Amino acid sequence: KAIMPFGNTHNNFKLNYKVEEEFPDLSKHNNHMAKVLTKDIYAKLRDKQTPSGYTLDDVIQTGVDNPGHPFIMTVGCVAGDEESYEIFKELLDPIISDRHGGYKPTDKHKTDLNFENLKGGDDLDPNYVLSSRVRTGRSIKGYTLPPHNSRGERRAIEKLAVEALTSLDGEFKGKYYPLKSMTDAEQEQLISDHFLFDKPVSPLLTCAGMARDWPDGRGIWADEEDHLRVISMQKGGNMREVFRRFCVGLQKIEEIFKKHNHGFMWNEHLGYILTCPSNLGTGLRGGVHVKLPKLSTHPKFEEILTRLRLQKRGTGGVDTASVGGVFDISNADRLGSSEVEQVQLVVDGVKLMVEMEKKLEKGEAIDGMIPAQ
Amino acid sequence: MASSFTRILSSKRNVGILSLVGGSVAAGFLLHREHVTAGEPLRRRYPASAEYPDLRKHNNCMASHLTPAIYAKLCDKATPNGYTLDQAIQTGVDNPGHPFIKTVGLVAGDEESYEVFAELLDPVIKERHNGYDPRAMKHPTDLNASKIQSGVFDERYVLSSRVRTGRSIRGLSLPPACTRAERREVERVVVDALSGLKGDLAGKYYSLTVMTEKEQQQLIDDHFLFDKPVSPLLTCAGMARDWPDARGIWHNNEKTFLIWINEEDHTRVISMEKGGNMKRVFERFCRGLKEVERLIQERGWEFMWNERLGYILTCPSNLGTGLRAGVHVKLPRLSKDPRFGKILDNLRLQKRGTGGVDTAAVGGTFDISNLDRLGQSEVQLVQTVIDGVNYLVECEKRLEKGQDIKVPAPIKQF
Repeated sequence: KAIMPFGNTHNNFKLNYKVEEEFPDLSKHNNHMAKVLTKDIYAKLRDKQTPSGYTLDDVIQTGVDNPGHPFIMTVGCVAGDEESYEIFKELLDPIISDRHGGYKPTDKHKTDLNFENLKGGDDLDPNYVLSSRVRTGRSIKGYTLPPHNSRGERRAIEKLAVEALTSLDGEFKGKYYPLKSMTDAEQEQLISDHFLFDKPVSPLLTCAGMARDWPDGRGIWADEEDHLRVISMQKGGNMREVFRRFCVGLQKIEEIFKKHNHGFMWNEHLGYILTCPSNLGTGLRGGVHVKLPKLSTHPKFEEILTRLRLQKRGTGGVDTASVGGVFDISNADRLGSSEVEQVQLVVDGVKLMVEMEKKLEKGEAIDGMIPAQ
Repeated sequence: MASSFTRILSSKRNVGILSLVGGSVAAGFLLHREHVTAGEPLRRRYPASAEYPDLRKHNNCMASHLTPAIYAKLCDKATPNGYTLDQAIQTGVDNPGHPFIKTVGLVAGDEESYEVFAELLDPVIKERHNGYDPRAMKHPTDLNASKIQSGVFDERYVLSSRVRTGRSIRGLSLPPACTRAERREVERVVVDALSGLKGDLAGKYYSLTVMTEKEQQQLIDDHFLFDKPVSPLLTCAGMARDWPDARGIWHNNEKTFLIWINEEDHTRVISMEKGGNMKRVFERFCRGLKEVERLIQERGWEFMWNERLGYILTCPSNLGTGLRAGVHVKLPRLSKDPRFGKILDNLRLQKRGTGGVDTAAVGGTFDISNLDRLGQSEVQLVQTVIDGVNYLVECEKRLEKGQDIKVPAPIKQF
């Protein structure tokens, strides 16, 4: 008899079929999930579910539907709730290890949001560094995540987030723009500020169920791929100021959520818990839009980035290519190092790359500047 | 006894107490547990009113009929396989409307969906099928092609003729809900049956997962190949999951009888030819369908069918016959006449572009087919198309000669 709502009769029904009959065909796949998932692991985990009813097939569906991505090695799985990382650890731990540079199940992740520990970062050359931005995500404890939440839950998250955010004041005072009741004028303004997020079209997200019921429960400040995406940004190269505002704002927001008895999802092994395993730890992507037309065509560009522990993207975000020699440069790591450490890498690395660009402009060599392994 | 019971109830430990100790009455009680046992779902529950979708900007059949009361009644039900109302309506919530047609906005995950969620599905079916009342009426099935009168069109106008329907295998979930194993079983059952077809129906199966480049190109050139669905109407209903696993195309050697496996339905069955011989197309259609049915029955399977709704398919719009019989026909003058729409309506026909349901017409050539699916038999619907297309071609000829045309009286429905 089905236990409704959210009973998992459907998963139990699947157990009538043998493992070989249900195991996905991953022969043409190239993502982290496909590399790790064996029939044995599938057999072991297929009859499990989290307390909210999330199952192994739910976790892997996006990876089954999306065999590979031209620019990046995708993770190929998502969490439906905090408990997913526990119940399906036999699958997720090796994926986390592959994705986060060998991070072990016994490793501990440190959190450091004390912006005063950042050295420098206020003097990146604005002739090259066009804008600076730090983003992370936060999940609210006690709720399921975007791949799994129902309309009722998503709305409750929105309500709580809006309550918390509208109680901010001082430099953090602001406004909530729900997607479904935004006026055309507000929408235009948010687009030109580069604030507006669109309904996800990437099948990586849609196959994981994150676009359901769009735009219900979504708004600027809350709920796209994660419960909250928190972004601090400004034009120019003062990353220090961006990071300060990021840390202070985050801590204020967290205090408010704690007062409502819903802190953020966090543990000392995985740091901040987010929907995609690639965002565990700090969930932080700190970066700049920077003009590197000469450096980006240098044969050692990729290697320089790797050694600096940085990654490049196009200025449109993760799924885009660069335009006019302007790159989005950000930290590559998320798990195993702190927020301060990751932003420090960006600050130091970008400063160095701008120096390299200037040298190349003068026709000088940069080999001496390339960091050691 | 009362005081020890109260003490147990008020204890702060959350423990399941299975029997009340003492006295002549032994009773079992299960107190509220905070930490549930593995496998028993504990999830934040919201009342139906908190879960009810926001349909204010929506214009589809589901949105027209899903009241908060019906939602509250059905939202905690599931079919025996575990398919729920929220799953059935997800596509309609995610897709508020379509520019050319009023979409249905919901799908069935299995045969039982039509029973468990009847309170929503019956009014949707009634609206979509022009008044057919599933609670009061019976649907006639008739695949006797010999009853068709005339049915060979003037090929200066009719470029091609086609009849399609779908069939679902009873006992297996439908594409929105099926597991990988079920989908593979549909493929196995159908391909096995098709290998038994003989004569002009003998053919070959092309699995999407192992097709060669050459085979793929040939199927594209023949206009047989179907693509991974991109329409959000289908993807939001979960029909593209695990693509291309267990999907494929079967066709006979003469390329006049074609079957799609595991696209929007378990099977889509298509009979087609260039030119205007709709009678022969339908004859082959009926013969092929009956053969396939015989072959799966030999193996212990059957199609989903009942006398209330006819053949059961994924989308409620395809219930009954699931039949769309149509032609590509050149009507450059008639299509510009302001009476064109009314003529089609009265003949119970619909027009589409030659690319299918989501397209517009090109160069005065239209796809003309039957409007109805449910409440009339296959023979009746194909006859309606034949009579209607003959009338349209007559009108086109009259307009060519500068003669006037008449809007025909509306055909009786049921």
